[in-house]
Amino acid sequence: MDCDHARSQLPLRLDGALAPEAAAALDDHLARCPSCRRACQDLQTLSAALRGHADRFTAPTALRSRVLADLAAAAPRRRPAGIGRWSDFGLGAALAASVMLAVNLTLAPSRPPAGPMADQVISAHIRSLMEGHLIDIASADRHTVKPWFNGRLDLAPPVRDFEAQGFPLVGGRLDVLGQRPVAALVYRRRLHVINLFVGPGDGTAGLDETGPVRGYTVLHWNDGGLACWLVSDVERAELIAFARLLRSPPPAQ
Amino acid sequence: MRDGDQTRRFEQLVLPHLDAAYNLARWLTRNPEDAEDVVQEAALRAFRYLAGLRGESARPWFLTIVRQTCYTWLRNNRPPAEVRILDDDGFDLVAATAGDGGDTPEAQVSRIEDRTLVNRLLAGLPVPLREVIVLRELEELAYREIAEILAVPIGTVMSRLSRARARLRADLVRDLGDAGHGL
Repeated sequence: MDCDHARSQLPLRLDGALAPEAAAALDDHLARCPSCRRACQDLQTLSAALRGHADRFTAPTALRSRVLADLAAAAPRRRPAGIGRWSDFGLGAALAASVMLAVNLTLAPSRPPAGPMADQVISAHIRSLMEGHLIDIASADRHTVKPWFNGRLDLAPPVRDFEAQGFPLVGGRLDVLGQRPVAALVYRRRLHVINLFVGPGDGTAGLDETGPVRGYTVLHWNDGGLACWLVSDVERAELIAFARLLRSPPPAQ
Repeated sequence: MRDGDQTRRFEQLVLPHLDAAYNLARWLTRNPEDAEDVVQEAALRAFRYLAGLRGESARPWFLTIVRQTCYTWLRNNRPPAEVRILDDDGFDLVAATAGDGGDTPEAQVSRIEDRTLVNRLLAGLPVPLREVIVLRELEELAYREIAEILAVPIGTVMSRLSRARARLRADLVRDLGDAGHGL
């Protein structure tokens, strides 16, 4: 065995990943070669130093509590009810509505809408989260994202960034809702992805709210002849706050 | 499956690995608050997809989710260069483990018995090399489990480990060399 080969096998030997015959051949070489022996000691020292001296962080108690609280909150959401089982929604909606008053009176949902469209919006959102589907045009610059839709859609979605308010724009893509191509604008709220779908207007007045269904909230409104659908798993109140930002008049240029 | 069953299953299978999850997230994000956010998010995802855990070991399964959540966070909060994909094919395993590293004076390598220095060297590795060291040396996972978490062949795990160790040793020599010149 030459030294190059021996050196390449050293880590495997120390990780116990070498077959017995190969390990024996290597040990034989090490017994006769001081240089490789020193390299072997080096690796052992390095490994021992990492195991013995590098910090191994343990989860803070607060994190454990947060995770357990999430479980308690998430579990009731997992009932098999799909959209449309609004009998379950009654109490929640009443509670939600009272919370909403504190958020924004004008945005209080007029009714809990059911419908295949909200279901499609949630499906499109989940699909977008799969690897490589989220973004076709990655940019936080609205002047880059907006023109990207030119020639790809017969409508011009309003593109605004709300990074200052904690909802940074991260990009856009083409998607399909109700068998029609729509613009999808992607925003983030901390680790959460928010999809804003923009398609041809459907005349809905005010703000419709669906959910949380499977943990997702869907908000829907019309703006300047365009239908907007906002969907995410962020806290409902945060999504409503974001809808309020999106519906606010853009600042004068 | 009923909600109560799901919660109990999560507590039995996933929760015991919360320390490992936090350790990985802490080393990848290098920030305590961000690591907590990442692990909280990953735990919620693990809970939602718990039905997908069938038979296999829960630890690599959960760490896979933690790592993916970390990468999402890194992509949004760190320069792209930090999380770029490594060119594993272009890596020469022999060159990494041979060469002058093998002749590092023993006195220098023994200096690595220092907590601050070890932590600094590990934190200084590129993310794809840092994670294999954390999984192998700190979490003591098998090559096979690391391969599963990284979704790469076992051979790639080996070459990344070699690369990471060679880099650590080279950084150590440089680090101590710099300190020496400064005196």
